[in-house]
Amino acid sequence: MSDLTRKTAAELAELMTSGQASSVEITQAHLDRIAAVDGDVHAFLHVDTEGALAQAKAVDGKRAAGEQLSPLAGVPLALKDVLTQEGVPTTAGSKILEGWKPPYDSTVVKRLKAAGIVILGKTNMDEFAMGSSTENSAYGTTHNPWDLNRIPGGSGGGSSAAISAYEAPLAIGTDTGGSIRQPGAFTGTVGVKPTYGGTSRYGLIALASSLDTPGPCARTTLDAALLHEAIAGYDPMDSTSINQPVPAVVEAARNGDVAGLRIGVVKELGGEGYQPGVEARFHEAVELLTKLGAEVVEVSCPHFEYALPAYYLILPSEASSNLAKFDAMRYGLRVGDDGTNSAETVTSLSREAGFGAEVKRRIILGTHALSSGYYDAYYGQAQKVRTLIARDFAKAYEQVDVLVSPATPTTAFAIGDRIDDPIAMYKNDLCTIPSNLAGNAAASFPCGLADEDGLPVGFHVMAPVMRDDLLYTVGAALESALAEQWGGVLMTKAPELEVTR
Amino acid sequence: MTAAVLEIDDALATYDPVMGLEVHVELNTKSKMFCGCPTEFGAPPNTQTCPVCLGLPGALPVVNAKAVESAIKIGLALNCEIAEWCRFARKNYFYPDMPKNFQTSQYDEPIAFNGWTEVVVDGETYRIEIERAHMEEDTGKSTHVGGATGRIHGASHSLVDYNRAGIPLIEIVTKTIEVPPAKAAAVARAYVSMLRDLLFALGVSDVRMDQGSLRCDANVSLKPHGSTVLGTRTETKNVNSFRSVERAVTYEITRQAAVLSSGGKILQETRHWHEDTGITTSGREKSDADDYRYFPEPDLVPVAPSREWVEELRATLPEAPSVRRARLQEDWGFTDLEMRDVINGNALEPIVATIELGVTPAAAKKWWLGELARSANESGHDLDALGVGPAEVAEVQKLVDDGTLNDKIARQVFEGLLAGEGTPAEIIEKRGLALVSDDSALLEAIDRAIAANPDVVEKVNSGKPAAAGALIGAVMKDMRGQADAAKVRQLLNEKLGI
Amino acid sequence: MPSITREEVAHLARLARIELSDDELDHLAPQLDQIITLVGQVSQVAADDIPPTSHALPLTNVMRADENVPCLTPEQALSGAPAAEEQRFRVPRILEED
Ligand SMILES: [Zn+2]
Repeated sequence: MSDLTRKTAAELAELMTSGQASSVEITQAHLDRIAAVDGDVHAFLHVDTEGALAQAKAVDGKRAAGEQLSPLAGVPLALKDVLTQEGVPTTAGSKILEGWKPPYDSTVVKRLKAAGIVILGKTNMDEFAMGSSTENSAYGTTHNPWDLNRIPGGSGGGSSAAISAYEAPLAIGTDTGGSIRQPGAFTGTVGVKPTYGGTSRYGLIALASSLDTPGPCARTTLDAALLHEAIAGYDPMDSTSINQPVPAVVEAARNGDVAGLRIGVVKELGGEGYQPGVEARFHEAVELLTKLGAEVVEVSCPHFEYALPAYYLILPSEASSNLAKFDAMRYGLRVGDDGTNSAETVTSLSREAGFGAEVKRRIILGTHALSSGYYDAYYGQAQKVRTLIARDFAKAYEQVDVLVSPATPTTAFAIGDRIDDPIAMYKNDLCTIPSNLAGNAAASFPCGLADEDGLPVGFHVMAPVMRDDLLYTVGAALESALAEQWGGVLMTKAPELEVTR
Repeated sequence: MTAAVLEIDDALATYDPVMGLEVHVELNTKSKMFCGCPTEFGAPPNTQTCPVCLGLPGALPVVNAKAVESAIKIGLALNCEIAEWCRFARKNYFYPDMPKNFQTSQYDEPIAFNGWTEVVVDGETYRIEIERAHMEEDTGKSTHVGGATGRIHGASHSLVDYNRAGIPLIEIVTKTIEVPPAKAAAVARAYVSMLRDLLFALGVSDVRMDQGSLRCDANVSLKPHGSTVLGTRTETKNVNSFRSVERAVTYEITRQAAVLSSGGKILQETRHWHEDTGITTSGREKSDADDYRYFPEPDLVPVAPSREWVEELRATLPEAPSVRRARLQEDWGFTDLEMRDVINGNALEPIVATIELGVTPAAAKKWWLGELARSANESGHDLDALGVGPAEVAEVQKLVDDGTLNDKIARQVFEGLLAGEGTPAEIIEKRGLALVSDDSALLEAIDRAIAANPDVVEKVNSGKPAAAGALIGAVMKDMRGQADAAKVRQLLNEKLGI
Repeated sequence: MPSITREEVAHLARLARIELSDDELDHLAPQLDQIITLVGQVSQVAADDIPPTSHALPLTNVMRADENVPCLTPEQALSGAPAAEEQRFRVPRILEED
């Protein structure tokens, strides 16, 4: 049989249904692949070999007993280390949580387990999801499988790199300002940010509560849709969860018909500051969609230029409060408890030792933005800008069904390039942030390689709230048209990683 | 340093107190404000926690509908407006007993606001304006180890139990209370006492000050007579009985007056009331570290009670306390003076409960304002924290009614109850208190009395039956009071043939 | 004139309970100054009469029934504690009363 790690999740599910492979075999193949390449890629912070094989065995047992199983039962997955899994180390990429084993499952993990999806381990990320490169992880940088000297994007660089390196067919990410979509773009994979409230945040270690959204990462549109369907839906444990049926994402991914679909190209997301190779691939993809019958127009979203500043007020403000719980009293790192230091001092010393530079930067910024005298000008004003951005979207959706743009202004940059230039780093997320602020659905799909560096480019689709299905319609159409040109999905063009045993 | 205090009369001769009260009420919901953990008082440490109320990474709050309902009821009972739309906010500050290091509370959008209520002190009715009533959550509880008597100062470390963390609280805040200066402390006490009765009647809280389900913070400042400039205020915390509300307010008035009179300045600070010594001590000075950085809680969505819901709840409210008092007074046939004693003695609810158990109003009043009030006064406890409740009073009164006890012996039973000696039956048994109903024992005592008092017998025989009273007294004395006087009279009359 | 001074950053660090070193303060203050200049652009948007947005759909009244659900065991609750004693979280001495 050909290498199981090269299969899509849908193919693996089919192999199991038809009895050609077991979940244990598939899981073991991926564990082997991790052992072979993760030394170079460093996508994983923790590999749960025993747990994964036990889960796989259980699924195989149920299948043998003739139990009705969900579509992805037995398929392995990589989980971003920001979601709790009972008894499995969960760090959110931070020293302050080193060794913490949560006593409970996040809702996403509960649903994965219920669907029989096998969790291989926890993936690397920027500390508390603050970053666009994984360079802010306390546990080392993840390397982009397309070029190991490049970053894989962030914060969910580990999840996207894991599927790009064939260490897992599926992964879970979380997207606060682009943390699923930007790494997806940088690794030539699919990354979907569902509608805010469409997937549960319960058990997601909060960065910015009003923006955080868990979502699927995969190598194909259909795989992403299958995973989307498995984790999405109303959760009474999350007050911001939307109590409506999950949009028909799998059906959309299977159909992929854009004939008559009205697509708006966002005027403000392009031009100066955008890499030529990125713009070239993006416009080709737009042309391709036109050929497939979509009606393409240009639309203007004038307030998007304020998305970045608004985001960098809202996120740090909420994060400064969300991260206050890391005080060395109930869990996590404790430093300086020598019998003489007070609780106050021990908290300050532990947070100093346990948080990295970017986390401190954003906590201080958020503390400032919420302080008395600044609230109205900063947090309050930023929430109003959110309304204006949501209105830009609403107005655009009167004319078109979806909006599109490049997913990122550039392709993956070199490790170390922007690490001490926060503003340059922040600008990575120019295209992705507006959807987090407005809460609508958005995704990045691979659309080719930039001429100047041969690295993947992401095609960004933004759909109205609870119209996540439209993302998959566009993604699937683009994917099949491009695969026809290329003779396979973009990932088949990725260089082979050196395998170490 | 203990500040010197002025006499209250001297303090009020120069200054007017300006007072505001913040009362925290723990609701008696089954589950916590934002999670499904139980709210039982006194459970073993950390047995009533979950990821939400422990503030574990990733956990999220969901609002308890019953807590919102109770908040609305409280707001309505205090004649407040109920917000059509309001939000929770995070109050950010670090403290080890607060799991998330922010308290989920309400800030500029309380669920209830602009209300009023009334209290009665010495027959005068005073109106108190209510600023707001808002929803929030309680903190955990710290035990300080290694210092003197559990105090925070000098402790080597603390142990934290999060069972209480997340229990729903309603904070009720008054506007500045404007009453004659000499009445301020008594009005403060009456207000808290009235709130207790009101919340009890609403059924929204256990309102046990001794268990911390009703807690009062008193804000006090002074201004010289005629001045319109407000003085610096202190916030006295830990005031945990009705009596101490009055005492703490009085103490702060006299302390601040002493500081101001000697040219000193009042610090804006929290102060702690010490029940044992009857003073307040300096807690924490307000500083720029008190920048709570409030912002709307992004993990929760707004609460928008429909007007239908509010009206439904309004319809369930019990009658207003003043209306109820008037009705009860009439039902019971008490005079104004008697009723005032009941109210001032904080005995209204215990008397209602005792009467509900079948005791006559007069008997209920007799015990609660007599024996029990005296004991409460001596021990410095509130009436409801004595360990003797309506059930015990009713049980004792029943024994009086059936002739097992008389009032005098019943008093000894209460003594035993207050000393924690057991149930009334056990105490009667242990102390050997029951009335002697055995006729032969009584007849023997009667014989002894007759033999010892021939002169009295002669008087009776010579047509002065009233003289027999002296014989009854002698028999009762002989029986050490443990006889039913009516029974003795009956037997004696038979014996003497009158 | 920087939009935020080193002293202000030091004050914010105290509020946020982070014991920043002098080096970090030196480094952080100018970076924050830049960032605050960037984010300050939000004030250029005229939005006086614009309501704030915090959710994709305007949800209200999300509540749960007043019912108990199983708690963590005390062992689970204390499993991550840096120190525990008598089934409680042991924390260093607390300086100030709440
Ligand atoms: Zn709980």
